[in-house]
Amino acid sequence: MENMDKPLTKNIRPDRVFATLADYESTGGYQGLRKAVTQLQPKDVQQWVKDAGLRGRGGAGFGTGLKWSMVPVDDDSSQTRYLIANADEMEPGTFKDRLLMEQDPHQLIEGIIIAAYAVQASIAYIFLRSEYHLAALRLETALRGARAKGYLGEHILNSEFSLEIHLHTSAGRYICGEETALLNALEGKRATPRAKPPFAVVSGLWGRPTVINNVETLCNVPHILNYGVEWYRGLSMGADQGTKLFGASGRIKHPGLWELPMGVPIREIIEEHAGGMQDGYKLRGFLPGGASTDFLLPEHLDVVMDYEAVAKAGSRMGTGTMIILDDRTCPVQMVLNLEQFFAQESCGWCTPCRDGLPWTVTLLKDIIAGRGRLEDLDILSGLTRMLGPGNTFCALAPGAMEPLQSALKYFRKDFERYIAEDNAVVESA
Amino acid sequence: MKEPIEKPDFEGLSLAEIREIKAGMSHYEDKTAASIEALKIIQKHRRWVSDECLVAVAELLEMSSAQLEGVATFYNLIYRQPVGKTVIHYCNSVTCWMLGAEDISERLCRYLNVELGEISADGEYTVLPIVCLGACDHAPVVLVGDKLKLDVTENAVNEIFGR
Repeated sequence: MENMDKPLTKNIRPDRVFATLADYESTGGYQGLRKAVTQLQPKDVQQWVKDAGLRGRGGAGFGTGLKWSMVPVDDDSSQTRYLIANADEMEPGTFKDRLLMEQDPHQLIEGIIIAAYAVQASIAYIFLRSEYHLAALRLETALRGARAKGYLGEHILNSEFSLEIHLHTSAGRYICGEETALLNALEGKRATPRAKPPFAVVSGLWGRPTVINNVETLCNVPHILNYGVEWYRGLSMGADQGTKLFGASGRIKHPGLWELPMGVPIREIIEEHAGGMQDGYKLRGFLPGGASTDFLLPEHLDVVMDYEAVAKAGSRMGTGTMIILDDRTCPVQMVLNLEQFFAQESCGWCTPCRDGLPWTVTLLKDIIAGRGRLEDLDILSGLTRMLGPGNTFCALAPGAMEPLQSALKYFRKDFERYIAEDNAVVESA
Repeated sequence: MKEPIEKPDFEGLSLAEIREIKAGMSHYEDKTAASIEALKIIQKHRRWVSDECLVAVAELLEMSSAQLEGVATFYNLIYRQPVGKTVIHYCNSVTCWMLGAEDISERLCRYLNVELGEISADGEYTVLPIVCLGACDHAPVVLVGDKLKLDVTENAVNEIFGR
């Protein structure tokens, strides 16, 4: 079969004419669902996905099958359970879920239905960010098509399983991507995170067991069911399983998105697929997986893209979409742009994040404006610890500190140059 | 003596708005979950959410208006003050910033003779910044109403207003 090495994007055409239901069915679409609901028990589906080694593609990398297996399904079969597709793609530099939803919406819908079957959820929501108008349109059309063909609704494919999927469009706030904040947003509240435990899988939407999976994660599921665990485990080049959408943006020749095996070297993404740097620009560094990941340097180009390898190099694979820093962009100003984003998007629920991020922004602005002091760099370092893991309610502030702490390490001279220039001015005055 | 005026159920809302909001409510266990959708429905009809509409929606959803105000002011895309007929959101997140977002914003504002957040004199446009629009491979990008403009250049005014 064609494009068996690119299951996620096999229906996505270069001319960007999106895949209709018939297109999707013609390449094996909804066969995974048929197998799941007619031949397999929900526990079996969980086991397949566990054995396949699928890990969450939203950034955290938690085992998908393991997450599903934490849902209590045996105690009360009449209890409502929810499945949510996290389509609130807002991590700066990330543009992968948009492509999947706009170009092949049925793949996501089939993934949701299979996942819902695995955890015996009766209602699913697609939590879509408001700005993805085209994705919303195509998903609505696809949902109608799936209902009409009996893939969705009552007694799916004449089985005992029934599911309704609602498309929920949000109103814009980065924090909604955080699992428990998303629950509050879906309940119509301010999107502040909730204390964990209890975890959503046990007590989520309106206190009911709720599984939240990223769009790309769910898009893997139909293929695991359709082609099997062994096939899936043969896709990757590295320690993690499957393929992934990797992307790159910035001053490279061909910014874009490519489905590649897990474990692909970063060098291959930047130099081959993205075509290397634009003429006149040199690679200075990159954020490997979105705004909330630590900078890496050209010396890390041979690191491979899997969760452990990127972590060992001092960063995170995150969303797998890289932001390239060239030699003519100031890293201090780039970090200021990132921290302004995080300060604006902080929900304000916990003090370190609410106050620490604006303080970070003020310090960076002062440094860039020539009002910085060397001690400010120590204060910034201190903030990276105070806003780090364990000190805040959720992962927003620790994520915000990742590009800052690595910039202080790798681009310290750029920070110091602003401060030295200031001193020079003072001395000559 | 004046005739007593018959009051609609939810003062200030149109029947269409009430019908759409009620349809939204049916998707959730709890009707207050439709709050964000309801505010967006109001905006679809009126561009922004006035105090009067906020109170009426809160009443319809059986929540306090203070609670709904908390929701309305939390989300970036709920407008609590008037905006132009088309809102132009230019992405100011990292890749677009690197590739000229601020320059584009300045060009658009200068052309329309507005500051960010203001309404152009003809009532047509408001320019606002927005976080990453998820099209970084085509940066810089601008969302004009619900249409995404990719690879915007220094000819932004031409590309967006067609002139």
